[in-house]
Amino acid sequence: MKQTVSIRGSAHTDLIHDSAIKHVSGGADYCDDIAEPIGTLHAYFGTAKVAHATINSVDLSAVRAAPGVVGVLTAEDVPGVNDVSPTGRHDEPLFATEKVEFWGQVLFAVVAESRDIARRAVELAKIDYTPLDHVIEADEAVAKGYPHVTPPMTLKRGDVAEGQAAAAHRIQGQMRIGGQDHMYLEGHIAFAMPGEDDDVIVHSSTQHPSEAQHMVAHVLGVPSNAVVVNVRRMGGGFGGKESQMNQFCAVAAMAAKKWQRAVKIRPDRDQDMETTGKRHDFVVDYDVAFDDEGQIQAVDNTFAARCGWTSDLSGPVTDRALFHADNAYFYPHVKLQSRPMKTNTVSNTAFRGFGGPQGVVAAERMMEEIAYKLGKDPLEVRKANFYGDTDRNLTPYHQRVEDNVMPRLVEELEQTSDYQARRKAVLEHNAKGGIIRKGLSLTPVKFGISFTATWYNQAGALVHIYNDGSIMLNHGGTEMGQGLNTKIAQVVAEAFQVDFDTIKITKTTTEKVPNTSATAASSGTDLNGMAALNACEQIKERLVRWACDHFGVEALLVEFAPNQVHVGDKTFTFGEFIKQAYMSRVQLWAAGFYKTPKIHWDREKGQGRPFYYYAYGAAVAEVSVDTLTGEYTVDRADVLHDVGKSLNPVLDKGQVEGAFVQGMGWLTTEELKWDDKGQLRTHAPSTYKIPLAGDVPREFNVNLADWSENRELTIKRSKAVGEPPFMLPICVFEALGMAVASVADYTECPRLDAPATPECVLMAVERLRG
Amino acid sequence: MQTRSHITFLLNGRTIEINDVGADDTLLDFLRIDQRLTGSKEGCAEGDCGACTVLVGRLTAVGLVYETVNACIRFLASLDGCHVVTIEYLGGPNGRLSAVQQAMVEHHGSQCGFCTPGIVMSLYALWMQHEQPTVKQVETALQGNLCRCTGYAPIIRAAQEVTNFGTPSAEHLTTERDSVVAALNSLRDGKRVEVAKDDSRAILPADVDDLAAVLETEPTATIVAGSTDVGLWVTKFLKQLSPAVFIGQLDGLKEIAVTEDAVTMGAGVTYTEAQDVIAEHYPHLSNYWDRIAGWQVRNMGTVGGNIANGSPIGDTPPVLIALGASITLRKGANRRVVPLEEFFIAYGKQDRAAGEFVESITIPRVSTGHHAAYKISKRRDEDISSVAVGMTVQVENGMITAAVLAFGGMAATPKRAAAAEAALVGQPWSEATLVAAANKLPEDFQPLTDMRASADYRMKVAQNLFRRFWHETTGDTARLASA
Ligand SMILES: Cc1cc2nc3c(=O)[nH]c(=O)nc-3n(C[C@@H](O)[C@@H](O)[C@H](O)COP(=O)(O)OP(=O)(O)OC[C@H]3O[C@@H](n4cnc5c(N)ncnc54)[C@H](O)[C@@H]3O)c2cc1C
Ligand code: FES
Ligand code: FES
Repeated sequence: MKQTVSIRGSAHTDLIHDSAIKHVSGGADYCDDIAEPIGTLHAYFGTAKVAHATINSVDLSAVRAAPGVVGVLTAEDVPGVNDVSPTGRHDEPLFATEKVEFWGQVLFAVVAESRDIARRAVELAKIDYTPLDHVIEADEAVAKGYPHVTPPMTLKRGDVAEGQAAAAHRIQGQMRIGGQDHMYLEGHIAFAMPGEDDDVIVHSSTQHPSEAQHMVAHVLGVPSNAVVVNVRRMGGGFGGKESQMNQFCAVAAMAAKKWQRAVKIRPDRDQDMETTGKRHDFVVDYDVAFDDEGQIQAVDNTFAARCGWTSDLSGPVTDRALFHADNAYFYPHVKLQSRPMKTNTVSNTAFRGFGGPQGVVAAERMMEEIAYKLGKDPLEVRKANFYGDTDRNLTPYHQRVEDNVMPRLVEELEQTSDYQARRKAVLEHNAKGGIIRKGLSLTPVKFGISFTATWYNQAGALVHIYNDGSIMLNHGGTEMGQGLNTKIAQVVAEAFQVDFDTIKITKTTTEKVPNTSATAASSGTDLNGMAALNACEQIKERLVRWACDHFGVEALLVEFAPNQVHVGDKTFTFGEFIKQAYMSRVQLWAAGFYKTPKIHWDREKGQGRPFYYYAYGAAVAEVSVDTLTGEYTVDRADVLHDVGKSLNPVLDKGQVEGAFVQGMGWLTTEELKWDDKGQLRTHAPSTYKIPLAGDVPREFNVNLADWSENRELTIKRSKAVGEPPFMLPICVFEALGMAVASVADYTECPRLDAPATPECVLMAVERLRG
Repeated sequence: MQTRSHITFLLNGRTIEINDVGADDTLLDFLRIDQRLTGSKEGCAEGDCGACTVLVGRLTAVGLVYETVNACIRFLASLDGCHVVTIEYLGGPNGRLSAVQQAMVEHHGSQCGFCTPGIVMSLYALWMQHEQPTVKQVETALQGNLCRCTGYAPIIRAAQEVTNFGTPSAEHLTTERDSVVAALNSLRDGKRVEVAKDDSRAILPADVDDLAAVLETEPTATIVAGSTDVGLWVTKFLKQLSPAVFIGQLDGLKEIAVTEDAVTMGAGVTYTEAQDVIAEHYPHLSNYWDRIAGWQVRNMGTVGGNIANGSPIGDTPPVLIALGASITLRKGANRRVVPLEEFFIAYGKQDRAAGEFVESITIPRVSTGHHAAYKISKRRDEDISSVAVGMTVQVENGMITAAVLAFGGMAATPKRAAAAEAALVGQPWSEATLVAAANKLPEDFQPLTDMRASADYRMKVAQNLFRRFWHETTGDTARLASA
């Protein structure tokens, strides 16, 4: 008799995070929780206390002499190459040699019997510098003729001069957009164990084990096959562990090999924040021409980014800023230029959105400018500029927008959030002229999915079925809280029609799947889910072929039913079926592979199809602002977000909520401040303020567009969710702007810079009051 | 005085007895490294993220009380006689999930999970007090817990529905309560504790007189109360404290006396312990109090420490100066009373002699006048003030007869605004008078620019607060509902 029950945890169902029970009970192991072998040593970085200087001398004798210190490592001790540049530009020495290029740069590492000894010992170094002038701001770098860290990019379509000439209005302005520290709760860490010959195993908290592996090999001067990098889970990554773990992994591995003991390195929070990269700060010069209806005719924008002392990932980050400088809007004539500027700051890196948010927020600034200039509701201006379906659908990079669901999303959200009535109420409230002003704003997000470096769009997975029917799943993606492992296990559960619990999710290791891409660009599930599915399909195909032979039935009569397999009129439990297959010598494991179809990109020409598809979303926020102090609260936020046909709606919703609050932090209280000497002064949670529970919108309605399906053949027609919702809270930022603008009766664009701290808000209020 | 040379406390279900304890050994390192209880995490080692949150139970005048604390800045020596409960023990010895943990699972309150143990501990402590907490109570309980992944929404939902998963009376910590009380009682021997590791010494005096005696012989010792300042000297600045004299365990410094004229509290009273009496007698401080640090820090930190620390950005000095508070300093058997405003001499310099300690704080009760306390910070909760102010104005027949305006964050010490006060006294109580006084503020202060705020903002906002003061005393809405 066939059973009609379904499996537990198939695709498209709500399922708790696979580690949830371990999370709440303290049983989930992070890198620092791994039991240390006897004799484990601890390394710590000695860093520069000057922003830009030539190094005259380095005296580490007192460091070496400190009790408990085993030794120090400097550039001279590097057996391979003293470089950890993730893009092969060879511009990022692991240890500084002649020059210091930012405050916090690594000069040496000390290795000691305990972390406490190592931390104290680094303070004993005597370093003599000759200071040089330093540059912190991107526009200052432009003005002072600092170089680009990586080649800039230009996107162009149409004729900007022609568009400007035909337009009734033109506004030029500048917007400063602050960076953001990742503030993952678990900081950087690497833990290396020496092996025989050249071998070394490194446990790390990294989104990119393959790169850590390659970089360790590069620094040690050994082939990649000597190095294994493992990560079970991270306590948050957000892009901050895509390349920044390299220096920690390399030093731990070097020390482990040199002293033949396990070596751990874990910076304290201050060093983590001083010495590892952040979201890029941008200065955007915009020039927008538009007609009386508010429709844009021409856009000519320049995006200067504070990249820091090396390129790191600044090339693709600044490229992505341009790819998102249109957000959801059609620009008939457009020219966008990036300026990836060198500065004497830590090298900025990936962070959720990867430059996209800075592009999007600048696009939204232009919408605001147009609305204030024409005295319109900014929402009207936004709608007037949305991409069309069949025409007005060409992006500045010449990809056609073919899956545009924005008009429908925005219309639904406008209704469900009661936008029009609330806008009226807000206007009425402000008209009374009280101290507390309100603002309301609805902003859209369109976000391109795929790595723009086309070759990264590949993935591998390894699926084993053991002869008792239990399954082990391994893939190239890394788990940092996003629920990647859960979602992929759901795909596997569904493929074999077994309960989710049948599947064991293991750590990510370069030993099982090689040459993986970073778990980044929101692509983790898209790529690795497909690779895992491919592995399952291979195994299933073998099983079906065997069952046909063995039982003499047609392939059609072999059916994977919930926890059972039907073969003709016979029914087996999954375990029995697998056992028999094993006895008949069927290969019960497979390596799966996937590469994203359709995409291509010619950076020189600025043309191609860099993105497989787009994810969409929109949000409305209502805020209250105290015009005496600049303090504010977010009273309500409504979100409608498109994740295609969700693999796990409740986890996806969690990503949307989390991204919203994180994005709000970026645009409100998270402020990076450098002092005159070029030292970052906000380098711990005591001074760098990410949102707390009390900052969450009082009323927070988050919904997924349940009607959406990816029109491309992605994993189960779902869409990526990691990054796109990060830009939803731009509505909070614009709502703050509206409240501020009310003090001048909305006649002037408030031109808030980001982050809009209470100070920034009060100063804007004062400026507008004149 | 009899001494003991080890500390004893309960850790989850076991009794711990150790003698090699240094002054600056932290509880978190003890848990993670020595005990391999790795469920408590280190996210910042400065009391700001809450990933290290554990419960500390101690016997008080009202019985056994469990409070959340930051293990990263809590010193091991201070735990003598306490019950430390970590995430590993919350469900009891059999490893079941407590109701709070179940609620967090079912509501998807964890993503990366690194903040989760700490959040569970805070929610647990909250639930023990309020079975069905309001959103406001949840937010307050979580002021000291950062989560970078979830956006808190699912955590707040979980916190409000814990009751669907169990009742506090069925929880393990409730059912074993009597035996814990008995065990803690048996640890009390009334002795001074002196422990050391290598040359790092920690002393726990037996009572307040003993403290006075210890400080006579160790006048340069570091006094450690709640360690919410001192802890960071160790974890962030690698300072060595020895010899350290711990005072958080002294019942004699925890007394609160309310007389007709004043409230007097011992220097060891924590923010949490003071909350009720503050709210009752100085209602304008009630919300302000909840905006000092986060819950864990308020459970440890003392008002005495906030004052003795002498920081120009401490939140209690301005508002207490505005109320005319004074402190009692003691050295040996000698006591002297100092008006609080006179205690702060210059940046880093207070009117306290070596071997002298703050014994108590006396705050006059208020019957007449307008009183306000405002805190301005970049983030509303758990942030250091850009500007803090306490304002007291007496009005008779529409005329201002007296004014005390004390500011933090505007000068090198907590300081009164003499020129602005002078502009008030003798003038009619009106918005114009307040604005005129605000205009005098640049004569009183030349604030600094730092990472928290610019000099311009500090001045502007300080001046604008005079207008808030006026509007609020006349019943207008002049601040956000949550401020
Ligand atoms: C995360 C975090 C957030 C914070 N937020 C705020 C905030 O919002 N507002 C604010 O004002 N503060 C804040 N603080 C600091 C605040 O908690 C401390 O100033 C606290 O009040 C000090 O009390 P304590 O008992 O912890 O003192 P300790 O740290 O133990 O001691 C502080 C100083 O006072 C001395 N001392 C303590 N007691 C006595 C005594 N009886 N006699 C003589 N000397 C003594 C000590 O020797 C030391 O010099 C924060 C701290 C942290 C870690
Ligand atoms: S580790 Fe962050 S508060 Fe203790
Ligand atoms: S779940 Fe990752 S920090 Fe809270």
